[in-house]
Amino acid sequence: MHTAIHATGLSVVRGGRPVLRDLGFDVPRGQVTGLLGPSGCGKTTLMRAIVGTQAKVTGTLQVLGRPAGAPELRSRIGYVTQDPSVYDDLTVRQNLDYFAAILDPGRAAAARRHADVTRVIDDVDLASHADALAGTLSGGQRSRASLAVALLGSPELLVLDEPTVGLDPVLRRDLWNLFHTIATRGTTLLVSSHVMDEAERCHRLLLMREGAILADDTPDALRGTSGSVESAFLHLVDEANARAHADRATTTTDDDRQEPAR
Amino acid sequence: MTTPATDTAPAQAPTPPRAPALSAPRTFATTARVLRQLRHDPRSIALMLFVPCVMLLLLRYVFDGNPRVFDTIGASLLGIFPLITMFLVTSIATLRERTSGTLERLLALPLGKADLILGYALAFGLLAVVQSALATGLALWVLGLDVTGSPWLLLLVALLDALLGTALGLFVSAFAATEFQAVQFMPAVIFPQILLCGLFAQRDTMHPVLEGISDVLPMSYAVDGMNEVLRNTDVTADFIRDILVVAACALLVLALGAATLRRRTP
Repeated sequence: MHTAIHATGLSVVRGGRPVLRDLGFDVPRGQVTGLLGPSGCGKTTLMRAIVGTQAKVTGTLQVLGRPAGAPELRSRIGYVTQDPSVYDDLTVRQNLDYFAAILDPGRAAAARRHADVTRVIDDVDLASHADALAGTLSGGQRSRASLAVALLGSPELLVLDEPTVGLDPVLRRDLWNLFHTIATRGTTLLVSSHVMDEAERCHRLLLMREGAILADDTPDALRGTSGSVESAFLHLVDEANARAHADRATTTTDDDRQEPAR
Repeated sequence: MTTPATDTAPAQAPTPPRAPALSAPRTFATTARVLRQLRHDPRSIALMLFVPCVMLLLLRYVFDGNPRVFDTIGASLLGIFPLITMFLVTSIATLRERTSGTLERLLALPLGKADLILGYALAFGLLAVVQSALATGLALWVLGLDVTGSPWLLLLVALLDALLGTALGLFVSAFAATEFQAVQFMPAVIFPQILLCGLFAQRDTMHPVLEGISDVLPMSYAVDGMNEVLRNTDVTADFIRDILVVAACALLVLALGAATLRRRTP
């Protein structure tokens, strides 16, 4: 099994509007795959489909060899939403204790849970704030607390929705280093971002725009002759726009031609 | 989840068995978490516990010249307070869980819906026991509420009412998009029941249509149950029927509440 996520003909409809259109891609295991695109392009919807919280998903979506959303996947995937989802009126450690108890319940597992909670607090560098209420933390600290919850139980797949938004450059670098450390342990990471310079830190990239995948390649291959991932992205967008424009032009002429026949 | 941090082969990670529909450790962990959240909010606890007592105190001296009225209304209110408080607390707490993203996170974890709902019901039920004990104690031994039956039966009805309030709050939170809307559900769901439950006028003296409506509203049975304890020394058949109706309504609405928790959302 080399692919962690396999999608073909994947579509999602939200509010009567297609948000993802006929996507097909593979995410390899044990690597950091970046999901890049402007905000509103469907990144979050795609991630929610992978985690199994998105309704109205059609097509094939296999995650860790099982259909997305299968109950047995729930303890094997860690998911971090864009807005930190922790209890503001609990401390960081109390938050983690609770989520750990859901993942690994029972009194017999208490020692294992304690070790796990301490480990993830260290991983996200929150040891000095472990006993602070989540509501009193800064934005960056809260999002790291939210990330820590996803790291509990060492899931095989981590789906992170814009985990570095609003973080200072040092923390961003530290987090990306953490992502790579986690990947070397054999975990697959799917990390979304709308900041193109983060693309350089991924093993593979999925470039998205308006519910479609523009490119699925390594950063090096994407850079190619363009020099940077950003210019490659712009080039791809221009190409796609030109194609869409040409398509529209042909359908219009088709209609014109058909009209006298009616 | 037992995979050590140094493990490099994800294939070795044991696949945990599928989560059962109801797991006691997960339910209790949820109860403990809700209570822990409350502990960080002592003001809310104080309001929940002492506002009903203050209202009873107020009522006692409003009817200073007519203690018989206090007996009837006081007993009814002992049944209504826990319902209102738990309704408010649960609807806001669950709504916060929905809007903060923690509900989505929990439902993406191996947590059964029943674990979550029972966890909440247990935590708030525990609080309701304390609240009812305080209010009942105050009414009986300080304010001189004249009750023929056992105070334990009053407490039992109060507890069932609290459970019903928790269930109703959980259910309506699914239909509120904001906390502002959730609070508006109180006049919509609770006030008509207060008007029709027999507190202001005997139910059999109401317009037949209203009497019919009051027959299907659970709070009517909560208040009837309280009045049975007020007037009778023994457990009457009517009392049994009343508490069974309240308990059944609570369970039914809890089940409806569980149905509003969706793992997949649009």
